[in-house]
Amino acid sequence: MSGTEPHPPAPHAPPVTRAGMVLGVRRVSVLLPGIIVFAVAFGAAAAAKGMTLPETLLMSGLVYGGVSQLVAMELWRPEWTWGAIAGLTVVTATVNARMILQGAALQPWFAHYPKRLNAFHLFFYTDANWLIGTRYHDEGGRDLGVLIGAGLALWVVWVLATIPGHVLGALVSDPRRYGIDLVMPIFFAAMIVPMWRGRRAAVPWLVAGFVALVTAKLVEGYAFIIAGSLAGALTGAFRDDAA
Amino acid sequence: MTLPDPGPWGAYIAIAAMALATYLCRISGVALMSVIPLTPHVRRGLAALPGSIVVATVLPLIERLGLAAGVALLAAIGSMILRRSELLALVTGMAVISGLRALGF
Repeated sequence: MSGTEPHPPAPHAPPVTRAGMVLGVRRVSVLLPGIIVFAVAFGAAAAAKGMTLPETLLMSGLVYGGVSQLVAMELWRPEWTWGAIAGLTVVTATVNARMILQGAALQPWFAHYPKRLNAFHLFFYTDANWLIGTRYHDEGGRDLGVLIGAGLALWVVWVLATIPGHVLGALVSDPRRYGIDLVMPIFFAAMIVPMWRGRRAAVPWLVAGFVALVTAKLVEGYAFIIAGSLAGALTGAFRDDAA
Repeated sequence: MTLPDPGPWGAYIAIAAMALATYLCRISGVALMSVIPLTPHVRRGLAALPGSIVVATVLPLIERLGLAAGVALLAAIGSMILRRSELLALVTGMAVISGLRALGF
């Protein structure tokens, strides 16, 4: 990676260290139990839909987006037409469109690193990774190794944990009963606590929540995440002008 | 159009299409922000973005998943305030939702 380059890309480029990667693995380890349960649930759903184990592993390894993979299982079919593939692609893009905003939110940090390194680690960029990166960056951390370590560790665990789910599918036939559908929402909700910067900073969040609720009422699917998040960011961007 | 049917490769093409769409989502926000200058407005907008994403994701999900889910998420937040441990928050939240669903909520 960056170690082979003769010159650092920017004069004050922050580091990518082994210690950072280890820290990333440690940060992500507390999320692993939830991720494992989620991956097992996906493996079980895939088996129930008639996906083979190689197909299931390929999806976990290449798509690597838990919610979009579970949603894809709703649309999965034994026979494919180009139209069905196009439909699945559009649904996947809308479910994962939040990643566009998550990437934008941390871009000022990533901008210090070479494009190729960013193109590489962004393949492993996901909700848990974004939460860890956001919290680490808020604390003043700038070592991209944290994000890379967390992303790689999570990817390996996610792909491997899909296997027992696929093999033992029937055991978790009703993921709702164990609250598996709530794993990511719980992580997201818990993140509000370290993100809290006082009531004034939370005004854009209220706008985001309100717009998201209204959008969810009016539009099917997951567009509410984008509409709400953008409304919150716009509120944050222009609110201080009045004061 | 004489595009042949996806046939036996359909599942693999579908997975590849999903993977491509997802990767484009992953890189496009970063690529977009690298051409937008970081004015004070943009900076403040980005500062408000993470919390906005979290709230915009969670609130409608509570609405869709039901009251028991809302109680479970509040329990997780409460645990986080007291102990600052993501793992404990997860265990708390999942224990509450499993309990409530077992009771028929």
